[in-house]
Amino acid sequence: MNPTLPVGADYVRILPEIVLSIFGMAIMVLDPLVDEKKSQQLLGGLGLIGTLAGLVSTWIMAQSPGFAFWNMVQVDGFSVFFHVLVIAIALVLILTSYEYMAVQQLRAGEYYGLILFGLVGMCLMSSAVELVLIFISLEISSISTYILAGFRRRSATSSESSLKYFLLGSFATAFFLYGVAMMFGATGSTNIDAISAALNSGKVPLLAYVAMALMFVGLGFKVAAAPFHIWTPDVYEGAPAPVVGFMSTAPKAAAFAVLLRIIFEANAPGRFWLIWLSAVLSMTLGNVAALVQDNVKRLLAYSSIAHAGYILVAFAAKPELGAPAVMFYTAAYAAMNVGAFAVVSHLANENERYVTLENYAGLGRSSPILAGTLTIFLISLIGIPITGGFFAKFYVFSAALQSNLVWLTIIGVINSAIGAYYYLKIIVVMYMREAREEVPVLPIPLALRAALALTLAATVYLGVVPGRMLTFVQQSAQQLLQAEHTSAREQVGNAAVPRATQ
Amino acid sequence: MTPSLHLWLIPILPLIGAAINGFFGRRLSRQTVSAVALTFCGAAFLMGLYVAARFPSLELPHAEYLGHWIRSGNFMVNFEFYLDQLTLVMLLVVTGVGFLIHIYSVGYMWEEGGFYRFFSYLNLFMFFMLTLVLAGNYLQMFIGWEGVGLASYLLIGFWFTKDSAASAGKKAFIVNRIGDFGFLIALFLLIKHFGSLNFSQLFSSIAQQPAETAGVGLLTSIGLLLMVGAAGKSAQIPLYVWLPDAMEGPTPVSALIHAATMVTAGVYMVARSHVIFGHAPNALTVVAIIGTLTALFAATIGIAQTDIKKVLAYSTVSQLGYMFMACGVAAYSAGIFHLMTHAFFKGLLFLAAGSVIHAVGGEQDMRKMGGLRQYIPWTFMTMTAATFAIAGFPPFAGFFSKDEILARAYEANPAYWFIGVTTAFITSFYMFRLWFMTFFGDYRGREAAEHGHAPAHGHGHGGHGDPHESPMIMLVPLMILAVLSVIGGWVGIGGRFEHFLSPVFGEGATAVATEALSRSTEITLMVISVVAAVLGFYLAYVLYLKRPELPQKIADSLGGLYQAVVNKYYVDEIYGDLFVKPLVDGSTRILWHGVDQGVIDAAINDTADGARHVSDSARQMQSGNVRSYAGWVAVGAAVIIAYMIWMGVR
Amino acid sequence: MVPVSYYLILSGILFSCGVIGFLIKRNIITIFISIELMLNGVNLSFVAFAAQWQHLSGQVFVFFVMVVAAAEATVGLAIIIAVFRTRETLNVDHVNLLKL
Repeated sequence: MNPTLPVGADYVRILPEIVLSIFGMAIMVLDPLVDEKKSQQLLGGLGLIGTLAGLVSTWIMAQSPGFAFWNMVQVDGFSVFFHVLVIAIALVLILTSYEYMAVQQLRAGEYYGLILFGLVGMCLMSSAVELVLIFISLEISSISTYILAGFRRRSATSSESSLKYFLLGSFATAFFLYGVAMMFGATGSTNIDAISAALNSGKVPLLAYVAMALMFVGLGFKVAAAPFHIWTPDVYEGAPAPVVGFMSTAPKAAAFAVLLRIIFEANAPGRFWLIWLSAVLSMTLGNVAALVQDNVKRLLAYSSIAHAGYILVAFAAKPELGAPAVMFYTAAYAAMNVGAFAVVSHLANENERYVTLENYAGLGRSSPILAGTLTIFLISLIGIPITGGFFAKFYVFSAALQSNLVWLTIIGVINSAIGAYYYLKIIVVMYMREAREEVPVLPIPLALRAALALTLAATVYLGVVPGRMLTFVQQSAQQLLQAEHTSAREQVGNAAVPRATQ
Repeated sequence: MTPSLHLWLIPILPLIGAAINGFFGRRLSRQTVSAVALTFCGAAFLMGLYVAARFPSLELPHAEYLGHWIRSGNFMVNFEFYLDQLTLVMLLVVTGVGFLIHIYSVGYMWEEGGFYRFFSYLNLFMFFMLTLVLAGNYLQMFIGWEGVGLASYLLIGFWFTKDSAASAGKKAFIVNRIGDFGFLIALFLLIKHFGSLNFSQLFSSIAQQPAETAGVGLLTSIGLLLMVGAAGKSAQIPLYVWLPDAMEGPTPVSALIHAATMVTAGVYMVARSHVIFGHAPNALTVVAIIGTLTALFAATIGIAQTDIKKVLAYSTVSQLGYMFMACGVAAYSAGIFHLMTHAFFKGLLFLAAGSVIHAVGGEQDMRKMGGLRQYIPWTFMTMTAATFAIAGFPPFAGFFSKDEILARAYEANPAYWFIGVTTAFITSFYMFRLWFMTFFGDYRGREAAEHGHAPAHGHGHGGHGDPHESPMIMLVPLMILAVLSVIGGWVGIGGRFEHFLSPVFGEGATAVATEALSRSTEITLMVISVVAAVLGFYLAYVLYLKRPELPQKIADSLGGLYQAVVNKYYVDEIYGDLFVKPLVDGSTRILWHGVDQGVIDAAINDTADGARHVSDSARQMQSGNVRSYAGWVAVGAAVIIAYMIWMGVR
Repeated sequence: MVPVSYYLILSGILFSCGVIGFLIKRNIITIFISIELMLNGVNLSFVAFAAQWQHLSGQVFVFFVMVVAAAEATVGLAIIIAVFRTRETLNVDHVNLLKL
């Protein structure tokens, strides 16, 4: 494309990805060399250091915002936000997994490596501004998650979950890729800025509409939005519990980042009713189906569909209101959902034996700490004040109301009320019902304590002092939306023209 | 740009202490718990002193901004701290007196269960109180306001196994909620009409408005609603009823929360809002009337109480009335001056009363005390200083502040002054009554003990031998406060205190004050109030030392009136019949049986059944078969593509 | 010269064949091959569009897609083996422990 070689700044702008890859590879290489007993601590510790290094390198990356690799990668507040978010989620995941892997008697090495590789993909998704690069990073993140979902190899449900995820995921990705091809055909470019410029100057070709539809299929699948949510309950039920906490937040956040870029930055045509309907369907199907579930993992899977619906509500709003609301929601949802799954994975015990509602009876007495933390995550999922979930919902619905989406808001609020039922059901079971069979509660190890403390702190922080976070997401959303106007004019319809790195 | 003083540290320090003791206190020794509590509270005091030391070099008012808190549309609330002369006075009073009371509590609570819990709550209270005082906007102030209410609730009900303590806590909380409701509505009105809660912004925009002299306009309503809040927190008519009951809490709590600091929050809030009240003279008049009436009303109840803490409680209500009277005649600095001296001598009175109670093994009835002066000389001496201070004898602290208020009241309306002086006389009388009954005559406790009277609450050393002096750790705070009760008023000589606060409340008001009254009138007023105090002293001397049989005779001859006073004018009973009973009955019959069971429960059960059916059908989508899932995806994709093609060709 | 639209129609047909294959075939391996067919359909359209816009980039994308497809294939086969070990079947209709 362009004869010039990448410069040093280009590498700085993908530094987190480089660092995470190096750590991932180091873990993979070390895995066969270390003793099985030590591998848990050693490689898990390395993974933890890897995520911390990822956070540090994100900070370094944030110091030099701009474009890299011939406008394929863009570092701005937006991408930094999602970098930090997904890496933080992975950090908590690793802390949760220490104990889980030992209890399930799984060999640890590859597991931590795969987390880091998946992370590379998700990070890249948030900073990629070029559709083919987005596709590749999407695949990097997906392939790692496919394997992670089936990591309890000996369990039939886990491998079934992995297979379903893999087949349906590839199926949906093919749609996305077809959409990319069509967009390339419609505009002659795969760069989002260039596409945006092409779509917003004159008549939009029919091919672009089809392309949007196809890309929405692929991304809708990744974020579990109806009607492409259908894989979620099965896959979440079978996959290892900590991985579900990860899967339901990090790849989703990254996919929402892509969706934000494509829909808002490229100002996707004809999207309104599409998103409207998908949001309503996701919220309603997710919440209604969750009502009768008695497997907690499956219940939370349906809840994650509903939450994807709430986030889509913000996509239907005006960009300048919707984008920050989406970002805030993904962060708050990540904190509470990862935390909830940390509790679920601790209680699951060997072979994930205890994951039904029944097993949670009497938890309030047998382990007040776990019951208490889970309660806080659940009330945050309901959206009760002083938790992040409240402000997340508040900003989404107020964005919708300010965009005159009255009906959508009403449906959303009704759905929140329905949702409250099944979250409260868990709380009621924990505190008010006597345990029918003895469910052993293992002592809470230090790493899990740290994980719970982090997620709890984040949930409460976002619920009590959302101001700082909100200012940040508003600024980054501003950058995202302004990019559309400033850069699009420079290079109409030509991806190959290199842009001066800012 | 003035440098940052890290004001946020001041409230945070006690919060850390509260957290440490709250989370780990159960496992720590008493020594460690008290060390933690004292360290963090003391550190806050040191920060207060540091702020005071840096104060002259600051550009005032000094604001420190920490970050956004809430942002919704154009409305924004920040975490911010606000420091001016008024804040500084409050800051030093709260941390200083608070620290002394912390020290005292170590001795007082040493043998109680839940030691760590007590100190955790106490530190928590300090956190909220300092948040209230240092707040840079009304919402942050409100957080502190609610928080001190919570801490007060927890501490009043500290001996929660005792029914009366638990219900006193509840009563305090509920009555305060009524006041808070007014406060909240005032805040809503401010948000609606001024779009801000930040002090500087708000006051500068209000200052540009004309004053509302006639009728009840916006600012007057806001002022009145703020006064409702202040009346709740500071125990003014008609919401004072919780404070006497609050004496169920441990005595250091009564000293800290229900005398020196929390109850004065209402005065502070009114003073802080002086710009609003300045533009709403009608609201200000209401403040003055409420304050004056409360002062007189509570003082009369104080005459007939026999529980030593109850006397002090009504006296607190009455003294708070003085402060509101001062605010009501726009003499804010006089009010704050009295707030400060009152914190010294009333804090001391409570602590000394605690020491007395401690000495006689938990007894609170003054009729069973007497002659204690020889047993507990240090307590006696400090209490004497405080009694003379509150009665308004020169040169004790109370004289200066009370005199200031009375002078300003006279200038506004002689009627206020007259009631004020009458109250001063009554105050002097009941305080010396307490003094004589407790410390003079013969010790009456022994007979009572022989009659099998059990101590009021389990101090663990009730019912034994002679009264004994408290340990040093309790006496030292008493002595420090006694010194302050004597000399604390001297800062007001020559209007120095007023001058210090004048940048906050405006130079104009002060100037008028000093010139309006001629020198001779001022001296006459001063003499009259001193005479009133002496008369009170003399009357108490005659009735309770010289001829102790007289009070009973007088009581008998007064009959019904006396009964009314003893029973606190039956206000609690009237409130009970008028508000509490109808509420309870109504909610039982209509809300519980009718609405809740009849309508809501029934509706919910039906909805739940319906929802289960819908939910069952919704999950039929989930067949478990990959190919059918792919079918859903493909159908969804086909529909979306078709829709988008339609959008495209349209 | 063959017009670009012919290639596009062929690519659409290939893609649809893949989709239909996924829906009607029961053997997991066959389903997997159907996905590959879909990807190759997309590849064809990339090349066609590259020719239309006179851009080399479209053809370069094809290589990327092929690499990704290869990676996906390895992982996919591994997963299929794992499923076969626990269930001893390759019939996708029998892999339905997780439902409702």
